[in-house]
Amino acid sequence: MARLTPDNEQRARETIGLYPQRRSALIPLLHLLQEQDGYLTDDGMQHVGELLGLTAAEVRGTASFYDMLHTEPVGRYLVAVCTNIACMLGGAYELLEHACERFGVRPGGTTTDGFFTVEDAECLALCGNAPCVTVNWRFFGDMDAARFDRLVEDLASGRLDDVVPPHGTLNRVRREGGLLAAGRTVHPDAPGGAVAADGLPPAGRPPGVSPFTGAVSGMAVGPGSETDGEGR
Amino acid sequence: MTVTDAPRIVTGRIGRQRSWSLQSYLATGGYQGLRKVLTMTPEEVHEQVNVANLLGRGGAGFEAGRKWGMLRKAEPVYLVINGDESEPATFKDHMLIEEDPHQIVEGALICAYATRCDQVFIFIRGEFALGLERMTAAVNEAYRHGAAGRDVFGSGWSIDVVVHPGAGAYICGEETALLESLEGKRGYPRIKPPFFPAAVGLYGAPTIVNNVETLSNLPWVMIHGGDAFAALGEGRSKGTKVMALSGHVKRPGNYELEFAKVSFRQLLFDDALGGGIREDRELKAFVPGGVSSPWLGPEHLDVLLANEKVAEVGTMAGSGAVTAMDETTCVVRAAWRIVRFFHRESCGQCTPCREGGGWVEKIMQRIESGQGRPQDLDLLMDVCDNISPGVTWPPAQTTICVLGPSIPPAVASGIRMFRDEYLAHIREGRCPFPPDRLPGRPLTGSSARV
Repeated sequence: MARLTPDNEQRARETIGLYPQRRSALIPLLHLLQEQDGYLTDDGMQHVGELLGLTAAEVRGTASFYDMLHTEPVGRYLVAVCTNIACMLGGAYELLEHACERFGVRPGGTTTDGFFTVEDAECLALCGNAPCVTVNWRFFGDMDAARFDRLVEDLASGRLDDVVPPHGTLNRVRREGGLLAAGRTVHPDAPGGAVAADGLPPAGRPPGVSPFTGAVSGMAVGPGSETDGEGR
Repeated sequence: MTVTDAPRIVTGRIGRQRSWSLQSYLATGGYQGLRKVLTMTPEEVHEQVNVANLLGRGGAGFEAGRKWGMLRKAEPVYLVINGDESEPATFKDHMLIEEDPHQIVEGALICAYATRCDQVFIFIRGEFALGLERMTAAVNEAYRHGAAGRDVFGSGWSIDVVVHPGAGAYICGEETALLESLEGKRGYPRIKPPFFPAAVGLYGAPTIVNNVETLSNLPWVMIHGGDAFAALGEGRSKGTKVMALSGHVKRPGNYELEFAKVSFRQLLFDDALGGGIREDRELKAFVPGGVSSPWLGPEHLDVLLANEKVAEVGTMAGSGAVTAMDETTCVVRAAWRIVRFFHRESCGQCTPCREGGGWVEKIMQRIESGQGRPQDLDLLMDVCDNISPGVTWPPAQTTICVLGPSIPPAVASGIRMFRDEYLAHIREGRCPFPPDRLPGRPLTGSSARV
């Protein structure tokens, strides 16, 4: 599958330009990749790594830590049923069972038509409206079996397309413009003390490495004494 | 709404039409706190926060002003807003992020000015898709309005604000794990010392990490003064606190209450608040401050909602998440679910947490499913003792962060309060409450590809 499209690569470069160290853009870029393809493809992760100066293993090593990042395909709609304490007290496990029976899958499974994946989720922070579910992280509270069935019908018929985008699309609001103020203390490579107006990342900068954790040889510098890096 | 006549400091705009928009924010005094701050020196702003005695609202309850004062003198300095709310049954920040993002942006800008920060990152829990959209839109609006970017409101002060998404990991709410995540890595907490963020934080630079609710207080504090804030509440617990009430009450929800003036009984039973236990059943127990905290019973209902008052009865007010359980609740099942959460969310760095959490979960599971053994309660306490020696409160720690020590409280306090119920599970070989099996029964004939 695909690398990032030219438009998405441009978005990726704008995002990279927002951070003092390139690696900080990794998770935002993985969300972008997941928005493009619905999950994280090998080629896509390779491409993200190239943009950040990271190996494919470093990219996957980070991605595999996080529950929202999927390295295998999931359904168009990821239905997460919260079963944590507040929702459990409100009947969440009965709801999860209903969801699994309706779709004919176990928690974690995807329907054969590739439309729905069901997850047994941890607390999603809508406990005042327990039990709750999210679909592609859009929230639906005060759930019961009947409401759940209506929700599924609305999703299948496309009536909720404006509310629930396909899996992977997290944030549909784009940042307007790059950094305006961050000075040379933060972005030492930036011309004129700030990131260029086009939002492009500083060229030739080595991947962001914290001076203390996972320091790369030759890159260890004192706390707070960001250098220009050795790539320049 | 409130039991006392204290103002609603952080939730005042909730419920207004399009409360998240700049237009609505400006119509309700928005960015006036920041404008005032820009006429003051950073030291004067810091002093007002000290006077207010604003305690961190994320769970640990550390004084915000003191935290700022611990910043190591070096450049650059970063400010990171912790919007990774994931403590089970806590849902106040979620609401504040979605409904009043500008208040958080303004609070962040005030903090950045006071602490001379070079760049602000607003870390939003990845699952909060709408929150991410509203926060991104709010930051865009703030730049356009001149509240962020170059030469803020013509003051000559400049600052950049970046919204950063999480990707699904409870542990990233721990501030050093959050910084690792913000650096594009696995969310492994850092060992402290030396990695106290104020000394060695993001990219090794001094960093302030403050919770969303904490910063949401700042615009009000700046407009009305630290004294007015400190006039509310008692003792160390000043101002108001948003209580996230869930579980078996008639009216679950977020309630902003004056600190140290309202009891758990009022929160759960007042008609304007929790409204009592659903179907007028009896209260069996409640979780007082997020699922990391030891439980309390009906005998503790008159304890006041204040950090030090709740600490006096051997638990914590924590994040302000209160979960009520009625008489139909199986305490073994409830504690099992809490332990299961911590086991799932353990980052895996430290053996007591990674392994111990799994052991406790398995033992709890067999008790709940009727396979418990007479010696299991001692075994549970022994494993808990290995995770957190002494199983005391506040907990002793054998691990890098406090996730591990958060495993024992629900189990230990549950056994202390409901030993007979645990023993009945073991003696009778089944859970006395319906449904009498653990949830999540595997289905057969599945088409799952898993």
